[in-house]
Amino acid sequence: MSLATPMTEVPVEEHGAETGHALVTEMYQPTGFFLENVWIIPAVMAVSFLIILFFGKRFAKKGSEVGLAAIGISWVLAVITGIQWISQRGKVPEAEGSGEHAAGALLAAGEEATEGAEIGINAVVRTITWWSNGGIDFPVGTLVDGLTIMMLFVVTSISLLVHVYSTDYVAGDRRYTHFFAFLSLFTAAMLFFVVSENIIQMIVGWELVGVCSFVLIGHWWEDQENSDAALKAFLTNRVGDVGLLVGMIMLFWAAGTFETLDINRMINNGEIGHTTLLIASLSLLAAVMSKSGQFVLHTWLPDAMAGPTPVSALIHAATMVVAGVYMVARLYPVFYEGMSISGSSINALAVIGSITVVFGGLLAFVQDDIKKVLAYSTISQLGYMILALGVGAWTAAMFHLFTHAFFKAGLFLGAGSVSHSVHSFDMKKEMGGLRKFMPTTYKTFVVSSLALAGVFPLAGFWSKDEILVGTGGWGLFGGTGGNGAYTLMLVMGIVGAALTGAYMTRVIYLTFFGEFRGHGTPHESGKRITTPLIILAGMAAVAGLLNLPAGFITGSHDGWQERFGHYVEPTADYFPAISHGIPSYSLAIVSSLIAFAGIGYAYYYYFVKVAAQSPTATELSSGLTSTNKVAKAGHTLLKNKYYLDHLYTGIITGFTKGPLAKSTYWFNQNVIDRTVDNVGRGAVKGGQFIYDKVDQGFIDGAVNATGTASQGAGQELRLMQNGRVQRYATFLFVAATILAGIFTVIV
Amino acid sequence: MILNQFLLLAAILFCLGVYGALARRNAVLVLMSIELILNSVNINLVAFGAYHGNLSGEVFALFIIAVAAAEVGIGLAIVLLIYRNRRSIDLNQADLMKG
Amino acid sequence: MFISDTWVLTLATFLPLVGAVIVMALPKAEEQAIKFVALGTSLLVAAIGVMLLIDFNYGAAGELQYVVDESWIDIINSRYIMGMDGISFPLILLTMLVVPLTIVYTFGHFPEPHNPKAFLSLMLILETGMIGTFVAQDLILFFVFFEVVLLPMYFMIGVWGGEDRKYASLKFFLYTLFGSALMLVSFVALYFLADGELAGVTTNTFDMRALPAAAGAIATTSQLWIFGGMFIGFGVKVPMFPFHTWLPDAHTQAPTQGSVILAAVLLKLGTYGFVRIAIPILPRAAAEWAPFIGLLAVIGIIYGALGCLAQTDMKRLIAFSSVAHMGFVMLGIATLTDFGINAAIFGMVAHGLITGMLFFIAGSTKDRFHTLDMSRLGGLLLQVPRMGWILGFSIMASLGLPGLAGFWGEFPAILASYNPAEILNENTFRVYMVIAAVGTVIAAGYLLWTLQKVAFGTVSEEFENDPNIYAITIYEWIAWIPMLVLIVVLGVYPNLLFDITDPAVTNSLSECLSLSGDAADACFDAGQALGN
Repeated sequence: MSLATPMTEVPVEEHGAETGHALVTEMYQPTGFFLENVWIIPAVMAVSFLIILFFGKRFAKKGSEVGLAAIGISWVLAVITGIQWISQRGKVPEAEGSGEHAAGALLAAGEEATEGAEIGINAVVRTITWWSNGGIDFPVGTLVDGLTIMMLFVVTSISLLVHVYSTDYVAGDRRYTHFFAFLSLFTAAMLFFVVSENIIQMIVGWELVGVCSFVLIGHWWEDQENSDAALKAFLTNRVGDVGLLVGMIMLFWAAGTFETLDINRMINNGEIGHTTLLIASLSLLAAVMSKSGQFVLHTWLPDAMAGPTPVSALIHAATMVVAGVYMVARLYPVFYEGMSISGSSINALAVIGSITVVFGGLLAFVQDDIKKVLAYSTISQLGYMILALGVGAWTAAMFHLFTHAFFKAGLFLGAGSVSHSVHSFDMKKEMGGLRKFMPTTYKTFVVSSLALAGVFPLAGFWSKDEILVGTGGWGLFGGTGGNGAYTLMLVMGIVGAALTGAYMTRVIYLTFFGEFRGHGTPHESGKRITTPLIILAGMAAVAGLLNLPAGFITGSHDGWQERFGHYVEPTADYFPAISHGIPSYSLAIVSSLIAFAGIGYAYYYYFVKVAAQSPTATELSSGLTSTNKVAKAGHTLLKNKYYLDHLYTGIITGFTKGPLAKSTYWFNQNVIDRTVDNVGRGAVKGGQFIYDKVDQGFIDGAVNATGTASQGAGQELRLMQNGRVQRYATFLFVAATILAGIFTVIV
Repeated sequence: MILNQFLLLAAILFCLGVYGALARRNAVLVLMSIELILNSVNINLVAFGAYHGNLSGEVFALFIIAVAAAEVGIGLAIVLLIYRNRRSIDLNQADLMKG
Repeated sequence: MFISDTWVLTLATFLPLVGAVIVMALPKAEEQAIKFVALGTSLLVAAIGVMLLIDFNYGAAGELQYVVDESWIDIINSRYIMGMDGISFPLILLTMLVVPLTIVYTFGHFPEPHNPKAFLSLMLILETGMIGTFVAQDLILFFVFFEVVLLPMYFMIGVWGGEDRKYASLKFFLYTLFGSALMLVSFVALYFLADGELAGVTTNTFDMRALPAAAGAIATTSQLWIFGGMFIGFGVKVPMFPFHTWLPDAHTQAPTQGSVILAAVLLKLGTYGFVRIAIPILPRAAAEWAPFIGLLAVIGIIYGALGCLAQTDMKRLIAFSSVAHMGFVMLGIATLTDFGINAAIFGMVAHGLITGMLFFIAGSTKDRFHTLDMSRLGGLLLQVPRMGWILGFSIMASLGLPGLAGFWGEFPAILASYNPAEILNENTFRVYMVIAAVGTVIAAGYLLWTLQKVAFGTVSEEFENDPNIYAITIYEWIAWIPMLVLIVVLGVYPNLLFDITDPAVTNSLSECLSLSGDAADACFDAGQALGN
């Protein structure tokens, strides 16, 4: 077990001087029972999984009570741990506001007090040895700092609400127990992921949540569509995982360790080369693209809506998809240094994020299925988070993650509530005018949508605004600071905000206004469904207060502003010295106006023109796309999801599984195996040849020839025997004479 | 005494006898030829006996006369039997042992 | 130590043979007695394994333990040497585990023609051959046991196999024999050429413990040829691309038990040969051959995976997946680092358990549905839910899900590829690493596709009311549960294996491999110290 000792001396780095952020010269080591034993939280959920899996059917409520109890305990523990962290954080004097210099009353031995130094707060790390190789021991353990606390809270809260929601939503399902078992497993895996102490654990957690996603998306696997969607999700993530493996392996060999904090420290101290970091960060970016639904590897997310809605809310909105964002945040020095985020105006992370924002938003317009709209919206919002990380606005990204989790989950659960009532997700065909039948759902949905669109003073406004500020591209009207001048990203972000407002307005109109177009009588859902909706909408409304920009209300930097950033953003030697953007009123006002413009146009289109057409109309019959060719082409492009699915499923997968695999197999059977068979046949023929010609013909022939020769000789010699005695006597006489001659003359 | 003449006579008689034994078709004539061979040998023996003043030659010759007589007796008996069975004493026709 | 050093390994090796003889002596009709004796023998051997588990000196896992050294064939200086260290221990335990489980499974699934006596005695003879290969420390002894496994498997496939069994069994036998012949030539070459100056050890020896030091004196060209011979011999068994074509036929035609043993243990004989014999004895040649081996390994990974995608027969698909998995193992070996070889050994054990499990399920599916054509199967999770679960679990394990054993076979191999031994070119291996990582994607593809086809979906009309589709029998449970538990345990706590293999692997690798270029050449020329 290794615990960092308190008041560690850390080397002073040069970066801080350039970017203006305070240096960390000392660190305080927090302690606390819950901080040190945070492993209990995922363990509780894992135990719950096992109990439900093996014994769930025997319980009165078929295992859901076990899951609920477990997540309740986990939530309580997460809150307590959070409180402990906050109290520990309070022991360290805070830097005064962002982008400014801290006076640091408790400076230790002076060193280079360039712009003021800061006392940092270290993370709480606990490990045990897991495996050893090559003589090195690799640990497994937990790492707790502000980011962890935030994620713990988010995951457990949303999971708790989803558990409660599911007891009603999934009731009567053929695999109810199985569903709750895997909800528990997923929560355990996600919690394991966020408390990971080293990058192998992150890989493990990453894959495990991927598997749970696979199982839960394909929950109704009797239908091939659902299992296809599950496979697509898993395989697309696997493609990104190639990047994950390569990136993590590069980091390991460059740093010599798997420990996240040590790697970060080494990067901050400039001990790892830039090229290595660049390649590693690009590889990890591939993983982020697949897991967090960035453009181009986002195609699995909309299809994942085939799973039950609580799953979509929990996994594909609030928690699993943010795993990529979390990974970037946790390993931020890799990206900050590798992609040279500070001082640039463009980098891969920011580009991908901003493209995702716009493209995802565009796609949300042409969906008829309410969940698919929300899926594309999620893609777009994830783009915001990656965009924020790409421009160096770390806290903004995390804050957006936080707020997004609540209002997006609220939206998904709201959509689920609607579908629970009308038994469909198709807005155009089965919904309409539901605000009369489902008032609570309607109200919470609207609040969450406004939060998503970024309307003041709801949560989304604050988090989105902070991202826009962080781009540092608003130099025109006084907004400065930030880590670079990412003007393009700023523009894309504002465009995205407009789009968001517009498509959500469309959804609200089609679902809740006009006349009801479906069958049956819709009714409001039960308490277990509506209560989570109310809670989430409440959070969507007030969560913004957690991170009010400094100097917003009172013009000063009082202690109750930027609470979120204060507690979550690490002030430690393992976090790079990033700069923070300075908030500006003008930017806030302009962006709000543009967002309102988006909402306004959509309002005009739907609430005025479409409604005027007919109460049951869902779109203008003589709208832009039917008259304008370019618009129609664009619409078709969007409808076909930029033909990406066609590329992936039809071309790439189809090619691999079809011609490529078949030709490989053909090669195997007809070339390699035929060679082997021919060797065999050749050997047989060779053997036959040898047998026939050499053995039988030659050797055996020689043997036979001796016999034949003897016989032939005999045949000839036999003729001497003609039966006449005189002939014999003649021979005798002649021979005797010759012999006599020989004996007499020679011998 | 002059040995050569006796030896020469014996050699001539021997050759005549051999010729007759090998080439004559009549079995009786073959037997007579064999007698001739034997007698030529007798002459040889007696000649050498007289030359060396040794009686062994004559003794040997007496033996040969006796054996010859016996042999002719049996030989003629066989020829008689052959004649009775085959109506011919042509040796060329007695080739049943032909291989 | 409460078990005697000298006879425990001999006992473990030959006890199954004794059991086989007893089984052969029993009359054919006494099925109960035959089953009892066979199971009893294999359990006794497993009990020896348990005793070894307790008694093994884990602190000295890098050294050979339980060493026996008796004279055997004096005239060629081949001795009866046995020993066990951290490299062979896991594989021996794997064998001792798999055979009893297979025998239990057989009780419920005797293949046609029904002849328990012959079938079980062949299995026991196989066990002798397998354990013997892993404990042998003399090259001729190793060769003997290496060949012993061929005949029983030939008969198992040839008599109890599928339609094309004659072809498959003959192909298997001749192909592997061909490889072994070249391997024997290499062994003999080692005997004659390895006569470096050794203190206290006779030269011209087949002793595997002494050869690493002795072989250092062999000229480089000869070393390359000798390694080549061994490469072919072991490579056919692994099986490596392009010598792999015997495997799909052998696996498809073999009865389930034959497939399981073939996949679980017999394939490991090849890779074990690389780790135990080829690399320690000829490190210089190994370094020259390594990039080529790595290339064939990654080709095997991709090629095997693509071959899987083209299959419709479940067993043939799993067979090709074996080619792909062994590609990872060979890649780990090709890096010539302790990271990589540890990964390889873990991968061997993991693959044995996981693919063995997959073949078991395939066999059980065949017994119920009488077909393995994936276009006809479907909805297994509906008809036999637990079996569908186990299939899903095995598939997740096979694609390398962390938390299960397969991950620790693949990930460290890919990890090691980024940083191979100093003497090797790291850029080549980094390319291999990326290709291997891509291979995991295709692996997920074909495995999940199999799961989707077989387990998901609805039941096809053909099998809807088939009474033959029964639930999992007690024999199947007993056979499968230990393997499933072990897959999880090893996945969660891999140190169980790494602790044992690491010291032995580190000892087996020459120090010269961690130098590069001229320094390495000088190191090799200076000769290697005895025992590294």
